[in-house]
Amino acid sequence: MDPTVEARSFWPDAIYAHLKRLGVAQIGYVPDAGHTRLINLCKADNEIADVVLTTEEEGVGLVSGAHLGGQRAALLMQSSGVGNCINMFSLLTNCGFPCLILVTMRGEYAEFNPWQIQMGSITEETFKLSGFLTYRVDEPEKVDDIVGAACDIAFAGNRPVAVLLGQRLIGRKVWNK
Amino acid sequence: MLDRREFVAELLKDRGDLLVVTGLGAPTYDVAAVSEHSLNFYLWGAMGSAAMIGLGLALAQPTRRVVVITGDGEMLMGLGALATIGVKQPANLAIAVIDNRHYGETGMQASHTDAGIDLTAIAKACKFPSTHAVSALGEIADVRRLIHAGAGPIFIQAHVKAEDLPRVLPTRDGQEIKFRFMAALK
Repeated sequence: MDPTVEARSFWPDAIYAHLKRLGVAQIGYVPDAGHTRLINLCKADNEIADVVLTTEEEGVGLVSGAHLGGQRAALLMQSSGVGNCINMFSLLTNCGFPCLILVTMRGEYAEFNPWQIQMGSITEETFKLSGFLTYRVDEPEKVDDIVGAACDIAFAGNRPVAVLLGQRLIGRKVWNK
Repeated sequence: MLDRREFVAELLKDRGDLLVVTGLGAPTYDVAAVSEHSLNFYLWGAMGSAAMIGLGLALAQPTRRVVVITGDGEMLMGLGALATIGVKQPANLAIAVIDNRHYGETGMQASHTDAGIDLTAIAKACKFPSTHAVSALGEIADVRRLIHAGAGPIFIQAHVKAEDLPRVLPTRDGQEIKFRFMAALK
């Protein structure tokens, strides 16, 4: 396959490969169109406990408990869910828990729904104010490199790290189905 | 109606290698009042997160038993966690809610349970296979056996008197609490 086409379709596989490389054993997520492929890869993996959440803030407790118990965990969420987590992020900074969050962005490129814009436009600042390092990826070819770097610093340095996966990377939402 | 400190002391009697997560406020003081223990993970904030920390820990340590000891207000703030735990069905996790029907930390205002919101019924509806409301000292030995050997997830609601007891304050340093816990777990 043409490497460009492959990267465009299979960037979630690059993320999954890093989760496996680092031995991530739990993922918490709220169902999300942009993360569908990654969620399915994790659900099909017997070495990863997949925990479907009612709200993203539950995930911050989950990763904290996982670390206490000696496992690595990651969270998958949409930008609108980041605001749900703010007070829970204090767990990470107070206790020095690692936390890797992969965020599918809304409210930016080709957004159809204006209600997504507010949280999308303050997602990165919210993370920074909450003590996170943030990375951003818009091109599929760069997912492997950036996500790999983010994973390493999260787990090697016990730091909260977020990767914003740009809406351009995920593609236009089809509304007429 | 139980005395909250008596309930916690009875529940944690002969605790062995039980892993304990405490919700912020009075449950943290109640557990610290029983004894300082390295396998206590005390919360001082992040209200609503205790049950989910218990889930992450229970999944990571499937051969150990985990009990979350929290208050009615803290549980009410994270009710969704009961549904999430109900989906995951961790056999080694118990949630014990010390229900005094009030927010002790902010001046004893009534909580939703004081108006009859039934946490045990909610846990049952969330597919907890083992749910227990206790209000007498003699009932605690049975739930203590369950948290060590019963099939979970287990939910315990302890009906306790609403009283403002002297605080027993463990360290507030989250890093210290974490490192102590993790070192003892190894």
